[in-house]
Amino acid sequence: MAYLSEDLRQQILAYIPRYPSKQAVTLPALHIVHDAMRCVSHEAIREIAEMLDLSPAQVHDTMTFYQFFREENAPLGQTRLWVCRSLACGLRGGDALLETFCEKLHVEPGGTTKDGKITLEFAECLGACEGAPAVMVNDEHRHCVTAEKVDALIGELS
Amino acid sequence: MPDFEPVLLKRINAKANPWLDAYRADGGYRGVTKALNEMTPAQVIDVVKNSGLRGRGGAGFPCGVKWTFLPKDHPGPIYLCVNADESEPCTFNNRILMEHDPHQVLEGILLASYATKASVAYVYLRYEYGVAYRNMQKAIDELYANNLLGKNILGKDFSLEVYLHRGAGAYICGEETGLIESLEGKRGWPRIKPPFPAVEGAFRKPTVVNNIETLACVTHVIDRGADWFKTIGIPPDPKNPRDAGSYGPKLYCISGHVNTPCCVELPLGITVRELVDRHGGGVWKGRKAKGCIPGGISMGMMTEAEFDTPLDFNGPGKVGCLGLGTAAVTVFDETTSIVDVLYNICRFFAHESCGQCTPCREGTGWMMKMLDRIRHGQGRKEDLEILDEVAKSIGIMPGTTICGLADGAGWPVKNAIAKFRPELEEYIRAGQKTTVALEMAH
Repeated sequence: MAYLSEDLRQQILAYIPRYPSKQAVTLPALHIVHDAMRCVSHEAIREIAEMLDLSPAQVHDTMTFYQFFREENAPLGQTRLWVCRSLACGLRGGDALLETFCEKLHVEPGGTTKDGKITLEFAECLGACEGAPAVMVNDEHRHCVTAEKVDALIGELS
Repeated sequence: MPDFEPVLLKRINAKANPWLDAYRADGGYRGVTKALNEMTPAQVIDVVKNSGLRGRGGAGFPCGVKWTFLPKDHPGPIYLCVNADESEPCTFNNRILMEHDPHQVLEGILLASYATKASVAYVYLRYEYGVAYRNMQKAIDELYANNLLGKNILGKDFSLEVYLHRGAGAYICGEETGLIESLEGKRGWPRIKPPFPAVEGAFRKPTVVNNIETLACVTHVIDRGADWFKTIGIPPDPKNPRDAGSYGPKLYCISGHVNTPCCVELPLGITVRELVDRHGGGVWKGRKAKGCIPGGISMGMMTEAEFDTPLDFNGPGKVGCLGLGTAAVTVFDETTSIVDVLYNICRFFAHESCGQCTPCREGTGWMMKMLDRIRHGQGRKEDLEILDEVAKSIGIMPGTTICGLADGAGWPVKNAIAKFRPELEEYIRAGQKTTVALEMAH
């Protein structure tokens, strides 16, 4: 029996007609699996490779270039919370904000809370500089997250 | 100067409905109707060429000229890759266009595809722009439902598919050949050029890569004409035969230590001072500016004394910056340590170097480590010379790397050493933090 569900497989296969090469479906496929399963396991890599007529090594090579994707030894929690540390945010307290989140969530950047609710990450520029310091909840920006807003945001995500 | 009336942000500033019916009611897709009914693809290229529109992604290459580099009478397919990776730090203008007025961008994509005979447009969109992704997809769905995408658009012999392709958080994928490699499902390693994408790009076919803001400009160039576009901005310098001018409106981003960080549309050629004082609400907390990053962090640094520099395609170069870049100005105030600013910048490039070329992979990491040491009070007298040497020896210009990432990584370091040397020397000599650390400056 296949490791990836039929639904995930169909979602991936639906991308194939968009591109002249199946390899171009690598990133969409990784996103689909990663969103649903919170990591891309070796078995998932093998099945993606099979669907796209690639070697698992090719999929793995692409996947690990983008530090975005988690392998099975470090799956994501329910919500991925990114704190921007690049210049525009850094000038308005981004590094300190990241430290505050680390302290309150009792995790280092990259880590997931014990209850599995939040994975904390540092981000390089999110492109939300008019709202610095900015964070991103999954793929949506939150502007002007000052220290006093940290507790409310954590409460919302827990 | 009378107040400039925004073009690209007109509907966005008015908080207009972003969807198709409202966009059309405001005159949207008039340019596409005109082009498809009255103009040949070559005529569209000519208008864009005559407008003097230069790429807004950073390099400033004339847009219409780029389109003419495609091989003549190619059997196809030809691809348009839309660069919506916008990963240059401190830059967010493309995000605002895609989130709030996606059809303005899509109209430019249709026009560019018609002009270049592209049959598929891939919009390579950074993952971090989730709202933009969903709004662009909704707008694309509307176009398919209204015969403005797909087969025989508006009943004409022009068919186009547009697909969004999400990135995965890599700065290098904003470099046009890194983008193409990433689109193809590989690591985003830039390619050695030539061949240029126009000859051999995505899937080894002729490819045009254009930035979102550039394409939004194309929408208005076709609607209103090349002459109108040239009434905005700065004409070519008559003393410089190679200058292509700085025509048209530009979206300037203002961030950092200003009272009102924002994105504002102004004619090319506005000065940093006017941006900061008039549009950014002045430096925050009643302080003075120490300097700024004038066009994304890869363009280098300006001191406060250089704030009267016009931000057009020539201005920043005259004060030693790399170029206009993305015209994203980030101000740091007088209490900010240059060491902290530089460390933040060097940390970014060390993290985002793709690792393909050794001088960049090692050089960016080395610069970051040196800055980290300096910032912790363990700088050495010779460090500035070493930093300067590393910064000058990595990049396309010294000929040691494939792409320009390392040029951008070195530029702020070179500029800082040239422009803020006394402060850096004093910091190293004192062996401790001489000013408020970045982390504390909020």
